[in-house]
Amino acid sequence: MAAERAFSPVLASATARRVLTQLRHDPRTIAMMLAVPAVLMILLRYVLSNPLLLNRLAPAYIGVFPFVIMFIVAAITTQRERARGTLERLMAMPLGKLDLLAGYAMAFGLMACAQVILVVVISLTWLGVALPGSAVPLAVIAVLDAILGMASGLFASAFARTEFQAVQFMPAFVLPQALLCGLVVPREHMTPVLQWLSDVLPLTYAVDAMQRLAGTAAWTAALVADVAIIVAFIIAALAGGALTLRRQTA
Amino acid sequence: MAGQGIRSHLCRGLGIHRPVTLAFDDLRPWRGTASVWRNGLMEGSDLVARAAGLTVRRGGRVIVDDLTFGLPRGQVSGLLGPSGCGKTTLLRVLVGVQVITAGAVSVLGLPAGHARLRARVGYATQGPAVYPDLTLTENLRYFGTVLGLRGRRMAEEVAATVEPLGLSGLEGRLVGTYSGGQLARVGLAVALLGHPDLLILDEPTVGLDPVLRRDLWEMFHRLAAAGTSLLISSHVMDEAARCDHLLFMREGRFLAAATPEEILRRTGAPDLETAFLALANGTGLPAGTELAIAPGQGDRDGG
Repeated sequence: MAAERAFSPVLASATARRVLTQLRHDPRTIAMMLAVPAVLMILLRYVLSNPLLLNRLAPAYIGVFPFVIMFIVAAITTQRERARGTLERLMAMPLGKLDLLAGYAMAFGLMACAQVILVVVISLTWLGVALPGSAVPLAVIAVLDAILGMASGLFASAFARTEFQAVQFMPAFVLPQALLCGLVVPREHMTPVLQWLSDVLPLTYAVDAMQRLAGTAAWTAALVADVAIIVAFIIAALAGGALTLRRQTA
Repeated sequence: MAGQGIRSHLCRGLGIHRPVTLAFDDLRPWRGTASVWRNGLMEGSDLVARAAGLTVRRGGRVIVDDLTFGLPRGQVSGLLGPSGCGKTTLLRVLVGVQVITAGAVSVLGLPAGHARLRARVGYATQGPAVYPDLTLTENLRYFGTVLGLRGRRMAEEVAATVEPLGLSGLEGRLVGTYSGGQLARVGLAVALLGHPDLLILDEPTVGLDPVLRRDLWEMFHRLAAAGTSLLISSHVMDEAARCDHLLFMREGRFLAAATPEEILRRTGAPDLETAFLALANGTGLPAGTELAIAPGQGDRDGG
């Protein structure tokens, strides 16, 4: 097989622009992407109705909501790209696999930034969530969590033959992680087997990092380790996604 | 299943019996040289693509069965055959998106699917394979960028594909709101972008009104006159007569590969549909039986 051309920033940004243009023609999807995490946070605030509990739990949820939404949006978008034949068309054209993945990452990363800024601003002002430190690391890690969700969704979509299956990957892939990541029950209360499972799932580190930010303002070694693991999972999921993009099919 | 004898007899009947030797030095899977049937092309004629021993198996079924052929450069070639005979798979092989089981295929002097071919081979699938949630211009501009078009050249190319396809005035509308016929032409427009050297079109005229179909065929011939090579599949036999060169396909094999005139002359049939039927019936003869494709002897009262 011929060697792949190196990464092209022009084609990656053209792809990002194309994905964002598709979203622009679908204002309701944009509205939901931006509003849903914020609305869920507002709901959480009134469900808990306890400022101390909210301060402890809110950061973790600020990380989880964008992760879940980006997972599903990316999984469906890529599944459609396969089903409509546009992926095959692009793979027959001079577009690098990296161009396509980077384009997706840029477009959804941008959406994730808007989503996270909105939910963080609403949480810190209206909902009165108090952080020990600055909101910037919280927002940065929340955006990383959203990109992690996007990369996982992109990878997972390769295993969905239909859009219906892609939708069901959300409960199948995401809910077990949500149960095991320490959000529902602290990890140290789990049996060893469940802890091991928890150790290998990416959402665990996303939630762990956010919980640390809820407790202290400092960039501790443990927090840096969490962020490094999140980035590693993002790269692994994108690499896995690249492997599932095929120039030739049977 | 027809025996080898009948097949070679058919080849002989269509003047494709003299094997010639073609060098395939640009093809990895192919070692050395190969004996290739001349498939009715004139001596020394220029080929835009060639295949030797091409076989595609999928799920244990043979879809494309040991095909050896060449496509003439700068002509409109038609791939005619019933639905499910392997036309799309064969086109996908030439585009380079199909995994092949055996054989070798070269396109524009490179192995099919080579990275350098990706901007030189235009492909329109049966489905439009465009983004329904983008406008026509947005679709064309995105695919155009991928093909390396920029600035003024992009604007010219977009205009040059929209106008002859009768899509003028629709540029700003979401493609998802187009009618079926309009949608089919959007896929065609993307394939035309950037003036590819080889255009591979999978049933591009299905469901279009006769006037538009005529216009499209005129455009195909204009493109061929300007040097583009085209391979167009169809299951509608009345389109066969519009082609310069024909590949009649059935059950993964070629019944004939020649010009329409040659096929009519050899089969003695009054039209290409009858010729196809005569050829198709011929393959059903027991091995060793003389194949009679002469006037008055074809199966004409069947349809």
